[in-house]
Formats: sequence, C-alpha cells, structure tokens
Amino acid sequence: MNDMTPAVSIRGVHKRYGAVHALNGVDLDIRRGEFFGLLGPNGAGKSTLINILAGLARPDAGSVAVLGHDVARDYRQARRVLGVVPQELVFDPFFSVREVLRLQAGYFGLGRENDAWIEELLQALMLADKADTNMRSLSGGMKRRVLVAQALVHRPPVVVLDEPTAGVDVELRQSLWQFIQRLHREGHTIVLTTHYLEEAEALCERIAILDHGAVIALDSKQGLLARGMDSVMFTVHTEAPIARLPAALENKVKQRRGNELVLQLHRRDDAIADVVDALRAHGAVITDLHTEKPDLEDVFLELTRKEQRP
Amino acid sequence: MNLRGFNTLLYKELLRFYKVGFQTLLAPMLTALLYLLVFGHVLEDHVQAFPGVRYTAFLIPGLMMMAVLQNAFANSSSSLIQSKITGNLIFILMTPLSHIEFFLAFVLAAVVRGVVVGAGVYLAALAVIPLPLHSLFVLLAFAVLGSATLATLGVIAGLWADKFDQLAGFQNFIIMPLTFLSGVFYSIHSLPLFWQTLSHFNPFFYMIDGFRYGFFGVSDVSPLRSFTVVLLSFALLSALTLELLRRGYKIRS
Repeated sequence: MNDMTPAVSIRGVHKRYGAVHALNGVDLDIRRGEFFGLLGPNGAGKSTLINILAGLARPDAGSVAVLGHDVARDYRQARRVLGVVPQELVFDPFFSVREVLRLQAGYFGLGRENDAWIEELLQALMLADKADTNMRSLSGGMKRRVLVAQALVHRPPVVVLDEPTAGVDVELRQSLWQFIQRLHREGHTIVLTTHYLEEAEALCERIAILDHGAVIALDSKQGLLARGMDSVMFTVHTEAPIARLPAALENKVKQRRGNELVLQLHRRDDAIADVVDALRAHGAVITDLHTEKPDLEDVFLELTRKEQRP
Repeated sequence: MNLRGFNTLLYKELLRFYKVGFQTLLAPMLTALLYLLVFGHVLEDHVQAFPGVRYTAFLIPGLMMMAVLQNAFANSSSSLIQSKITGNLIFILMTPLSHIEFFLAFVLAAVVRGVVVGAGVYLAALAVIPLPLHSLFVLLAFAVLGSATLATLGVIAGLWADKFDQLAGFQNFIIMPLTFLSGVFYSIHSLPLFWQTLSHFNPFFYMIDGFRYGFFGVSDVSPLRSFTVVLLSFALLSALTLELLRRGYKIRS
C-alpha cells in the first residue's frame, strides 16, 4: 500500500436481490483523506454499497478494497481499517455504553491499552455521564452517538457514516459534525451518506450521486454546483396568489406556495425584466422578488430527475 | 488467529447469560429439581432401571444431562436470534473475526452454561440422595461433547430462524422430543423392542447413556459406542455449521 492507494476502491460491482438490480456496475475511487459524499434517492443502492464495503453483503461481481485490502480476500485487514456507522439504530440491550465500547474494541484485538481512547470518545461525543448506563435506557440521539463511538473505537483511518444525523436534534448534529470534521483534519477519510443535502454541501469535498444502482455524477462539490450555473432561481412574492400563469412560464415553475412563486430560469435565455412584465400582464402585483444561485439540492434533483426520464 | 477478538466474543457471550442468571442458570436448575422431586417421589418404589440402583439415583444423571443439553442449545440459539432480530449482530460481522472464531466462541459459551446448570443440578441433587462416581473423565467428556453438539445445533437453529416463533418450534418439536425420548426417565431396556430399536437412532440417547455410565459404570450400550456416535454427531453438525457461517447463511446478504 502506498500513498496513492485509494481509501476505497470499487470496481465493476454488481449486486442483485432477486429481480432488483441494486448495484449495476459501480466504479468509484475515494481518495485518502477525502471528505466524500455518497448521495442518492431512497433505493439508489447506497446502503447496499456500504454493506458490501463493511462485509455485510457480498457482490455478485466486481471487487471492493479499503486502503488496498480486498474486503473478501483480505477481510481481516480491510475491516481493521474501516469503521461504519450504520443507518439503523441498533444496540445490544445487555450491556452498558462502556461495556459495548470495550467489547467492540476487543473484537479488533484491542485491550485495556485502548481505554484512554474510549474515554476520549465518550467525552467528545458527550456520553461520559452515561458511560455506565445500559443501552436500553438511552435516548435515540444518545444511541446514535454510541453507534458513532463503536465505529471509531478501533481508530479506523476510513470512516463511513450512513445517515448519521437522521432523527438527531440540531445541537447534537452540530457537535457530531464538529467531531467528524476534527477526525477529517486529523487525516481520516470520511464517507458520508445523508438526506440533508445542505450537510453534504457544507462538508464534502467530492460527491458521487448514485441512482438506480449506478453512479450518475462524480465531481468536486464546486464542479457539481457549476452544473447548475446555467440556472437561476427567481422567487416572486405577490399580493394575491397568481390565478393563471403566462404559458411561457408554466414549465419553469419550481415551487408554488400561496403568494410565493419560484421559477427556475435560464441565466442567458430568460430575461428577468421580461418575466416580471409577463407576470404583471397577467394581473400579478409583485411585492418582493429576489434571485438565488441553485444549491446542491437543485443539482441533485435535476440529475436524478434526468435519470427517471425515459 | 484473532485470539483477543475470539476471547472478547467468548467473554461477551458468557457475560450475556451471566447478566440474566436467574433466567439462564437458576430457573433451569429449579425445573430439573422439580422433575426430580415429582418423578423420584412417584416412581421410586415402582421402577428399577439398573440392578441395585435406586430410581431417584438413576434419574439424576438423566435430568442433569437434559439440563446440560437444553441449556447449551438455548444459549447459542437465543443469543444468535436476538442479535439477528435486534440487528446488533452487525457489530460482530463487521469485525476481523473469522467464521471459525465466531463458531468457537458461541459454542464454548453455550458449553459453559450447560455445564454450569448441570453442576448446579448435581450439587442440589446430592442433598436428596448420594450418587456414586464411576469415572469423572467419562462424565465430563459426555457433558462437554454433548453440550457442544447441542450448542452447534443451536447455532444452526439461530441462523435458520427468522423469528422467535420458528426457534420455539425447533426447540419444542425437535429438541424436546429427542431429549424426552432418550432415556432421561427410563432405561431403554424397559421399552418394547420397536421403541428400543428406534432409540438407537436418537443421538441424545447416547449422550445420556454415556453420561450415566460416568456415574454408575453401567449403561444400556457400550460407552465407547456412545462416545463415537456423539463425536460423529458433533463433527457432522460442526462441519455443516461452519459451512453455513462461511457462506454467511441468513446473516450476510
């Protein structure tokens, strides 16, 4: 393994569940030290890909390696360098938080010499006062933090977080991201899947969008956002809801809610003055208007919608 | 080999049943003792299974072994299905433990539980009636190998079952009848010929008969034959279980 070895290397991976082709020839390299986003709508194949990475599922074809260690042939080493925070809130009801973390470290061959790191994790994830509490007694947010601690207990250089902030309150989410960003600064490779696209936009350096089991976009965050640069979001507030839109604007409507209308316009082809005139001509009394650049969510929706078109 | 990983999984499995000791250790001991009191009292003067051996004394090794076998099965099967259903099994599956280490840890923990329950029944039974001890080695050999066989069967059942109902079916329709029809309560020589012949196809019969030999030096069949049958059963079931685990049967998609 040298410095050029990707943190994660996925080559021609196919996976079928009965008639469902969950992964349809995925090729992807995640660089070492990267904060990488893996996005996609529900059922896109993200969790299947993560399960293959973690050894919980086996590909029908293709290969996956973590830091050069094949997850099937060299599974012991591949699992030692990987930590996965699962999406489901799963826990062992027999044990306390500290017991769970010590056991998890033990599976990786680590003993009491790892206790200092466990204490650090408990502190960083604000679990110190719950360390001797049974897992059953923890709130959902705390259980989620224990999942993060379990994934990190053996200090893996590659960390996969599968929807880590689902159902987590804002304060906890912030503290969780600060901790993950710290890990990233310390050199860990972070792979994130999330439904909160603003999180991906704020954190990830490079993003892959998966849809129908295939990578439909793989680019830097700036690169992906640039794909939406031809568009501009034009928001208009009117005194009363617009009863009838000009025909030329009907197919540009992004969102219509009460007195607010959002149009996705083409930066060069659609003149804002013409749009305002057209709306006024149809009786709209405009009280406010503004424009915005498209965000990652707009690009994501645009790309995944294209995939759905026949 | 990931020795520390294996030790940790073994420790975790031991800790799991120790934490609910009332349910996993004391309750089965009490059940076995109730059988002893009721059957011993009712049948003491009516049945003599081995010449010169009182029925209550004959019954104790059978009940001990029944407790050993049932608890070994219960431990590995319930631990596995609970982890599967709650989903926390993934925390073991994502570690560098091999399928062999996984198998050995689950089986060894179940053997310990079975043997501890059996020892508890033995100590309590000594208060009721003194027992001879012909060979401690034979007794331990059958207890360990018998519980290991049932622990292995428990792993298979735990892998196969998708819900507790299926596991209960496995326990009630396979384990329980095979245990009850294995000579716990009687010597197979007291059975009609057809049932005697049928008993020889039940591996549980050999486990209990060999174990009883350890106490009395008397058995329905030769202890060497019993040991061979139990060893073969364990070897076959272990080979099957290891293959299922290697393939990730119902635990890795």
